[in-house]
Amino acid sequence: MSQPNVIETRQIRKAYSMGDNVIWALKGVDVSIKAGEFVAVMGTSGSGKSTFMNMIGCLDTPSDGKILLNGEDVSHLDAAALAHIRNRYIGFVFQQFNLLPRTSALDNVALPLLYSEVPEREWQPRAKASLEQVGLGERLHNQPSQLSGGQQQRVAIARALVNNPLLILADEPTGALDTRTSFEIMALFQQLNDAGKTIVLVTHEPEIAAVAKRKLMFRDGELVEDYLNGHH
Amino acid sequence: MGITKLFRAAMIALRVNLMRSALTMLGIIIGVAAVIIMVAIGAGAQQQVDAQIEGLGGNIFILSGSSRRMGGVTTGAGSVQSLQQEHADYLQTQLPDIEAAAPMLSNSAQVIYGNLNWSTTVEGMDNHYLTARNWVIANGRELSPQESNAGGKVAIIGATISKELFGESDPLGQTIRVNNFNVNVIGTLKSKGQDSRGRDQDDVILMPIKTVRTRLAGVSNSNPTRVQSIYLKIYDGADMQALETDIADLMRTRMKVAPTAEDPFMLRNLSEMVATRAETTRIFNSLLAAVASVSLVVGGIGIMNIMLVSVTERTREIGLRMAVGATPSHILLQFLVEAVVLCGLGGAIGMLLALVVVVVLDQFVGTPAVMQPTIALISIGFSALIGVFFGYYPALKASKLQPIDALRYE
Ligand SMILES: Nc1ncnc2c1ncn2[C@@H]1O[C@H](COP(=O)(O)OP(=O)(O)OP(=O)(O)O)[C@@H](O)[C@H]1O
Ligand SMILES: [Mg+2]
Repeated sequence: MSQPNVIETRQIRKAYSMGDNVIWALKGVDVSIKAGEFVAVMGTSGSGKSTFMNMIGCLDTPSDGKILLNGEDVSHLDAAALAHIRNRYIGFVFQQFNLLPRTSALDNVALPLLYSEVPEREWQPRAKASLEQVGLGERLHNQPSQLSGGQQQRVAIARALVNNPLLILADEPTGALDTRTSFEIMALFQQLNDAGKTIVLVTHEPEIAAVAKRKLMFRDGELVEDYLNGHH
Repeated sequence: MGITKLFRAAMIALRVNLMRSALTMLGIIIGVAAVIIMVAIGAGAQQQVDAQIEGLGGNIFILSGSSRRMGGVTTGAGSVQSLQQEHADYLQTQLPDIEAAAPMLSNSAQVIYGNLNWSTTVEGMDNHYLTARNWVIANGRELSPQESNAGGKVAIIGATISKELFGESDPLGQTIRVNNFNVNVIGTLKSKGQDSRGRDQDDVILMPIKTVRTRLAGVSNSNPTRVQSIYLKIYDGADMQALETDIADLMRTRMKVAPTAEDPFMLRNLSEMVATRAETTRIFNSLLAAVASVSLVVGGIGIMNIMLVSVTERTREIGLRMAVGATPSHILLQFLVEAVVLCGLGGAIGMLLALVVVVVLDQFVGTPAVMQPTIALISIGFSALIGVFFGYYPALKASKLQPIDALRYE
């Protein structure tokens, strides 16, 4: 039998109720993502990209349907169990970096380890290795305010890598960066993917999405296109 | 996640907002300091009262001449209306509950030794008086029967007199001048400190009652054996209420007081007076401590307020921590530990502040204050508990946040 999909969604639906009316942010999405894939998620604003990312990142649970992470059903776990899954299998990168202020790059990167089983003596070496992997080996003790936007995003990527996750999820990771820096960050993602990391990222820009191997197009809470780059 | 890691994380979070943490702690510092200081003042007062009760040495009645008839006035058929020396012996033989009945006659006097001059009170007494008033001879001896009966020119001096006139040197065998006659110091008294009215009990000279009567108070021919008061020391376990009535009845009979007339004497239960004072002190102390506790509670509410602000302010941080794997209980614990560290640290600083204030009060201001180590430890523990109590709600609120909502929070 072949390796299970890293992520497999089966008809996931998500409803948000706003007062009396219900908004279906996802209306039955089926996606399978295998290990080593590099997927770009695209679509207009409000099409459900972030909602989809939150579901597969175990930040939220679907109203309906199933999510399998590495073959395991995670659709109905409680908050603590989901926290463990995120800690163990998922690495997040956010548009606004979300680094702890007045905290060194090293400590920021080590944060996920605080909630893991990893013994404390391994924290520093692992955080350091992560930062070296994203090219910030010289900036271990700088605080976020002493780093450029691109560097901050690299710290955030190092943090996503530190627990050696199955899946890296990035929701508009270049949304707050200029074009040049955006492509540097994308080059880093590509490099990580070449090294075997499974990556899913949301973007609005086709040039950014072109770096990925596969594209998912959302519209109105539905997956409308799913194709491999170069097989258009 | 280890407890040391939790504490370190809390310290870091608190240092990031140093000014606010310090101001929040101030509430707890003041609260804890107030409680400890009040309790210390209470303990000091209590210790003083205890010392006074100890100084009494048991149950004491003082029988004294009625103030309106001081000096003795004869009314009607030759009945003498003042306390007489023989009343002491009479009560002693009539009431077996009396351990010692000691007549006393006092007079102020000027005491001179070398070129030193001191004005004090001379109390004329016999050896029963030492028992009745719980005086202990520190050095030397008590009165011999001969000195007592014949009115010898000898003195037993209190600790204050000894210090003022003799300093470090030995007063025993020395001759001091009292008003216009010389007496020989045969003993010194062990110090008793202040009495319940704050009077120095050691500023006293004891002499045979006859000596005081003839040489200081002046003999009245009509009333040659008058005494000022009689101290009655009662055995432990005796019924003081019943005795009070018995003594009064016996005295009225002995003094031939008409049934309708008022008592020509005053009978006071000294132990009861001190006990009442002790009770008043105790109530006052509890009141002070209660008021101080209110400030501690107010400090706790301050902690809660700041923790709530902190949770709101750090919503995105909480979201991020959850995203990277913090469970709700991790978040709960983090904020709880922050509150406890804040309070525990505030408590420790408050205790140090209180220590300084207590020492200053006790040593320099003259308000007796005693800081018990247990109270200090309890108040630090208690303030940490306040941290748990007032920190719990904000921490719970933080832990209940949904990660996506927290991450999106503006
Ligand atoms: N917490 C929420 N409460 C109510 N409605 C929500 C909530 N989150 C998302 N929605 C709605 O769900 C739909 C999908 O939102 P989502 O954030 O997934 O869009 P998106 O594709 O990420 O958009 P963008 O490109 O602007 O980030 C939108 O209509 C949005 O208004
Ligand atoms: Mg979005």
